[in-house]
Amino acid sequence: MIKIEHLVKNYGTNCAVDDISLEIGEGEIVGFLGPNGAGKSTTMNILTGYLSSTAGRVSVDGIDVLADPLGAKKLIGYLPEQPPLYLDMTVDEYLGFHYDLKKCPLPKEQHLGEICEVVRIGDVRGRVIRNLSKGYRQRVGIAGALIGNPKVIIFDEPTVGLDPKQIIEIRNLIRGLGKDHTVILSTHILQEVQAVCDRIVIINKGRIVADEKTENITTVIKDNRRFNAKICGQQAQVLPVLKNMTGISYVEALAERDGDAVTYMIEAAPGVDIRKKLFFTLAERGWALIGLESLGLSLEDIFITVVNKSDEESTPTRYTRRTAKKARNALETQVANDLVADADRRREEASALGLPQDNE
Amino acid sequence: MFAIYKKELRSYFINPVGYVYVGVFLALAALLCCLSTLVAGTYDTTAYFLYMMIALIILIPILTMRLFAEERKLRTEQLLLTAPVTLTGMVLGKFFAALTLYASTLLLSCLNFIPLYVIADAERGSQEYVVKHIGPVTSELIGCLIATLLIGAAFIAIGTFISALTENQLAAAIITIAVIGTMVGIGFLTSFINVVWIRTALSWISVYSRFGNFQNGLFDFAAILYYVSLAFVFLFLTIRVYEKRRWG
Repeated sequence: MIKIEHLVKNYGTNCAVDDISLEIGEGEIVGFLGPNGAGKSTTMNILTGYLSSTAGRVSVDGIDVLADPLGAKKLIGYLPEQPPLYLDMTVDEYLGFHYDLKKCPLPKEQHLGEICEVVRIGDVRGRVIRNLSKGYRQRVGIAGALIGNPKVIIFDEPTVGLDPKQIIEIRNLIRGLGKDHTVILSTHILQEVQAVCDRIVIINKGRIVADEKTENITTVIKDNRRFNAKICGQQAQVLPVLKNMTGISYVEALAERDGDAVTYMIEAAPGVDIRKKLFFTLAERGWALIGLESLGLSLEDIFITVVNKSDEESTPTRYTRRTAKKARNALETQVANDLVADADRRREEASALGLPQDNE
Repeated sequence: MFAIYKKELRSYFINPVGYVYVGVFLALAALLCCLSTLVAGTYDTTAYFLYMMIALIILIPILTMRLFAEERKLRTEQLLLTAPVTLTGMVLGKFFAALTLYASTLLLSCLNFIPLYVIADAERGSQEYVVKHIGPVTSELIGCLIATLLIGAAFIAIGTFISALTENQLAAAIITIAVIGTMVGIGFLTSFINVVWIRTALSWISVYSRFGNFQNGLFDFAAILYYVSLAFVFLFLTIRVYEKRRWG
């Protein structure tokens, strides 16, 4: 449905999008995830024809965005980061303007009514947008993007500034849209992509650093290998037992205390579910297990690992006075080490040959 | 394009701006018409049109300052630029909305001429032998009206262009006043300059000097073409501003 090939966007000397290639199929819900300034919005703006790319090709349903911008724009409904609302219009006027602007062929009253029902703004249709709360405004923005039933819907941070109940509603709405639309949404909230998207694309510093099905990422999360166990009993007695238990690869007593209970961080060997065994072992000795909390790798962990990794890889070494000094120091150490090693080697050779040692 | 035209025209009247503009325009027109004809004791309306041209320096920026500056500030331009509308359609939609409002107020202000015709009628009736034409010259009046309409169109195009350059409405208004003011003012300035080539050069960019023929009762096609092309050039530049921003 959407094909991005080697997309590059420079703002002056600043590279916002750096060679992104991506293909999104029909009916997929894809989440763009990334820290602020990663290039999510820029990519979306290029997709929707708001910005043009420095290099690369973008096509929507086979239509090149640059060659036939109108054709491509007809297929896309877009909700930018800040919903483009005319504050002095009523909701009905605003949606009507959207309808006219997109030259929508569907029957007007019925179509607008349906959309208002879907995003639940039926009760505020006659009100001026300026007087609506943030949540309602956001929903009016979403309604605008839905008008004309576009094949592709792009949401840039759709749940920012909403209360938890509204967030859940919007997420359900987006999930529902995924049935017959291709949806792209960007966010830096990890639970959101996890809850809504089929596929997660992590972008950092203008590059795609991970592109995975959501299940694949969540299976990593479900891998129960690390626990915090709260056990009542003397630490000196408990710790050796845990250490000697088969299936446990690492144990550490944490500083956390709860009465006579001590918290231990336990890591199981790969592929072993240690929980039952741990319970019975402790029960035999009369130590109560009063808490067991999984420390499985969260999406946050994955995200941070991936982003940090890409940061390390992509950070160009700037040649400054400090790096020069570092390099020189490293070189000096290297040379010194080499000399010492060389001297040692000669000494060994000399002693092997039985020559007299020269002590200088 | 029509959707944008409709929306712009409506937004003039859901904001106070449209009412302020219409009110000020009509009041000013009535006052100037009264002063230049009734008070001055003449049927000659050309002075009135000259004064109106000067009044446009203030009136047109009221119409044009918000056209693009507001959209940019509220980020609603993102909606227009990602909608299936061409840049030309977007710019023309806004231009024609402003032009429609301007043209309708200008036509409405023609009611000011009714007293002149009524008085002329009375004067003709009181004389037994009519030896010369009494009352305003209708054809000359229409010529001046068309010229004023097109001068307004050119000014609106300039205002539209300046509005597209900034997101601050006030800045857009002030710069527009300065630019239009200069274009009108240069015409007056030329009569004080003795050096021929400077005078010729200045009169090329002067809106005022081209209005002279209309005042003398001539329908000057060259001037009409000048005003239309002025509007065309600035609308083209507005489109280029948006085109450039997309690539920036």
